[in-house]
Amino acid sequence: MNPDRRQVLAWGAAATAAALAPGLRLVELAQARSPQEAASKLQRWGLLIDITKCGECDACVTACHEENGITSNARPATDAQWIRKVSLRDTRTGYAQTLPLMCQHCEHPPCVDVCPTGASFKRADGIVLVDKHTCIGCRYCVMACPYAARSFVHETVSGQKADVPRGKGTVEACTLCVHRVDRGATPACVEACGRDGGGAMAFGDLNDASSAIHRRLKSEPSSQIRADLALNTGVRYQGL
Amino acid sequence: MTRIAAGIIAAMLAVAGAADTPGRAAGRVALPVIKIEKGEACVAPTAQMRRDHMQMLLQQRDLTLHQGIREPRFSLKNCIDCHASRKTGSVLGKDGFCSSCHAYAAVSIDCFECHSPLRQAQAAARP
Repeated sequence: MNPDRRQVLAWGAAATAAALAPGLRLVELAQARSPQEAASKLQRWGLLIDITKCGECDACVTACHEENGITSNARPATDAQWIRKVSLRDTRTGYAQTLPLMCQHCEHPPCVDVCPTGASFKRADGIVLVDKHTCIGCRYCVMACPYAARSFVHETVSGQKADVPRGKGTVEACTLCVHRVDRGATPACVEACGRDGGGAMAFGDLNDASSAIHRRLKSEPSSQIRADLALNTGVRYQGL
Repeated sequence: MTRIAAGIIAAMLAVAGAADTPGRAAGRVALPVIKIEKGEACVAPTAQMRRDHMQMLLQQRDLTLHQGIREPRFSLKNCIDCHASRKTGSVLGKDGFCSSCHAYAAVSIDCFECHSPLRQAQAAARP
């Protein structure tokens, strides 16, 4: 079901509710969750990144590391990396661009397809996560991800953040700051980009027709990285 | 399998019994130190907590991770906030709430390989 059709259905539901009785709804509309409420299929969290506004800074990367307690062991080949800055340069013209790349939170995630234990999964609201309790560290998902977004934790971790458990022998990736999203906040990278960077990143519910991200995706050109794979990513780019 | 399960239950009951009578002779193994730092009552009666805390943790862990249900009352963070030592700020260590009982029952826990064993206040104060 595309978002427009969903919106029409939502309007229909709202109209029916008004006709039935005030306060009574046959279909519950998407709204902010309480801590006791499960993540809903009505929502699809995503990012829209305007790379024309993305400069040389790495505020998003720094904020991610700080928020999620990712520390370096000074071994870049094996250090965990949830988000990275990628530089693009046209070899003919020399035109250079830079963009942040992280888990694209696909609707059809290859990492979930290949996971032998079901540890890699997609939450109802579209956030792709690793259940580290069932992850056996086989790293099939690391190989399956076309965006090289996942990392394996090679070394014993200490000093984890209370909201972000991390441990040796499991695979991890961007969680879209799920612990922040669940309390109604935006991911750390988006907040940092707005504060210290160029304001290139926007977070929101792709399904919610009243959200800024939905309106921009509807009215402005945007693209998915490796759109040919038809994964329907939750992270979209502008100016690519 | 049944025998192992029975053994575990017996060990748990032994711990529960021992904890009820801290003055009893420890024998060869030191009795666990059960010092509740904060609050009058836990989220369930003590007897149920002693027998079923692992099931409650497993249930909550799956609800939180897979469905995003973050009921603060039953979260591991909330357990740690009440039960961590006020001195070390941790549920681990020699007299730690989790570790001393688990050492007595010879049941190893690997929660804290990944999860922080520290209270929020202590965790925030750390560099």
